[in-house]
Amino acid sequence: MNEKRGLAFYLLALVFALYVLFLYGPMFVIFVLSFQGPTGGLTFPMNGASLHWFERLWHGGGIVDITGAFKRSLGLGLVVMVLTVLLSLMAGLAFRKKFVGDGALFYITIASLIVPSIVTSLGIALEFRVLDDILKNYGPAWLSDGYTTAMGNYTSGLGAHLTWTLPFGLLVMFAIFNRFDGRFEEAARDLGATPWQTLQHVVLPIILPSLVGVGLFGFTLSWDEIARSSQTMGEHNTLPMELQALTTTVTTPDIYALGTSTTAVSFAVIAMALFAIGQLQRRQAAFGSDAGAA
Amino acid sequence: MSVSVAPSTLPSVAPATRFASRAALDRFGASGWLQALPIGIVFGLFFVLPLIFVVIVSFWDYNDYQMLPTFTWRSYTESFEGCLTNFPDCTIIKTYGSTLKFCAIVWAFTLVLGFSIAYFLAFHIRSTTMQMVLFLVCTIPFWTSNVIRMISWIPLLGRNGLVNQALVSTHIVSQPLEWLLYSQFSVALAFVHLFTFFMVAPIFNSMMRIDRQLMEAAYDAGANGFQMLTNVVIPLCKPGIAIGSIFVVTIVMGDFITFDVMGGEQIASAGKLVETRLQALQFPPAAANAVILLGATMLIIGVLNRVVDIRKEL
Repeated sequence: MNEKRGLAFYLLALVFALYVLFLYGPMFVIFVLSFQGPTGGLTFPMNGASLHWFERLWHGGGIVDITGAFKRSLGLGLVVMVLTVLLSLMAGLAFRKKFVGDGALFYITIASLIVPSIVTSLGIALEFRVLDDILKNYGPAWLSDGYTTAMGNYTSGLGAHLTWTLPFGLLVMFAIFNRFDGRFEEAARDLGATPWQTLQHVVLPIILPSLVGVGLFGFTLSWDEIARSSQTMGEHNTLPMELQALTTTVTTPDIYALGTSTTAVSFAVIAMALFAIGQLQRRQAAFGSDAGAA
Repeated sequence: MSVSVAPSTLPSVAPATRFASRAALDRFGASGWLQALPIGIVFGLFFVLPLIFVVIVSFWDYNDYQMLPTFTWRSYTESFEGCLTNFPDCTIIKTYGSTLKFCAIVWAFTLVLGFSIAYFLAFHIRSTTMQMVLFLVCTIPFWTSNVIRMISWIPLLGRNGLVNQALVSTHIVSQPLEWLLYSQFSVALAFVHLFTFFMVAPIFNSMMRIDRQLMEAAYDAGANGFQMLTNVVIPLCKPGIAIGSIFVVTIVMGDFITFDVMGGEQIASAGKLVETRLQALQFPPAAANAVILLGATMLIIGVLNRVVDIRKEL
């Protein structure tokens, strides 16, 4: 029996190792190819190594407004991150008690995750088109004169991204509060803390590492979002949309350089978030050991 | 004495009345309702209302320039054009058939792969830290761009890609294989590559909740490894498997980007039916196709939901 378990372990370990290779291998290949020499192509062999394609990319060489798209995606990602953390936290707190419509809100949240992105995206686009028509034709003159559209990165686009990030944020909050020890709050209450003080001095410090995790979901999911963005960004595309458009037209390693750059941002954000979570947990462990003695 | 934690910030009579009014509010769930309000507004404005618009507009008429708000079945009859006379040989049925085929293939691969990985992490890795680290290794790609993960197959699978170079140089094939990229194969491969995580996470979650004593009991009662798997682990993982399946199947059903990028814009899919109409700016037919897609997706979830009550399992 023990020998048999050993065999299963090695087989599964092999499957896992191959899976990790499958996950990271292709990505690693395009990182390498993005440093292709100036005469190199989309595949191996490497014709020397250079930063040629990165320079070309950041000087806008041949490719549409990449710097602009980069800034737009970054700004939108940060706003989505902040809103995802705030709204998920509030909703997470709400779901700890009963409130009117909690069942409906739960199912809507799950539905938002499951309904195909193209349907949500189309719906938001239609909503804004109808709104635009109404404002143009029936709005007061000061509004309808020169009015074009309410669609944009921070209106329809922001809403579209939130329908994707908030369900993840809320699910993480559920996981947090399922494990949360309510006795901490009771103790605070017994010591006379107001609900706000309990939240500020007891609940928030305990769940802070997980909130960083929610923020990580918020930023990265927005940074890479494409299906929901497709109909809702108005005239200004985000970075992943530009990248997708390039896949059909570009035949030089520019696209790998762009891929490497965006992935570098993702990895930087992930690393910062994981580092912050680690630091916070270490701090908690240190304070936690004091708590009994104090 | 214990009430005055921060006496300076509170008027002396305030605490009692504040608590009293709060309690009165909470009897109606008011504070919870207020906390849930922002998220409710976002979902109302950007999810529920848009879905209603999709349904309404799917019954509107249209011409070359605009949507015409008059009731008509036109978009639906056009979508199912030829289906009555040539059944089942019409575009929409063939497209849904092909999309369902992709769903089945991707589902089977992600399930087997995802289950194996979750099983390895949950039952073979003993230290919690190592478990977290390895799980994180599986999660990190999920936080990076899907399009980049798709295009990263190009240098591997292309006509002059690494795989073909290796196959030709070892004389396994005489000329480069053409079906590796921009084919049904590459689409299915990309789906498995991108979305196996959606299986791993919920199944791993289910497995971590299994009481280890149950497995010891099974072992003591003489179950071998395979019996343990089929009689203990799999039944207790059913919720995780169902949730993962819902994710994977609905993603494939509604996808148009993976089909486009990996299929070289040659392969039809249910999601692309909507997208094609959108590119032609024909909003009512796009909406009708979206409603059909939504109906098909709900049907599949309905079937899966009969296997397991999702809300209970979260």
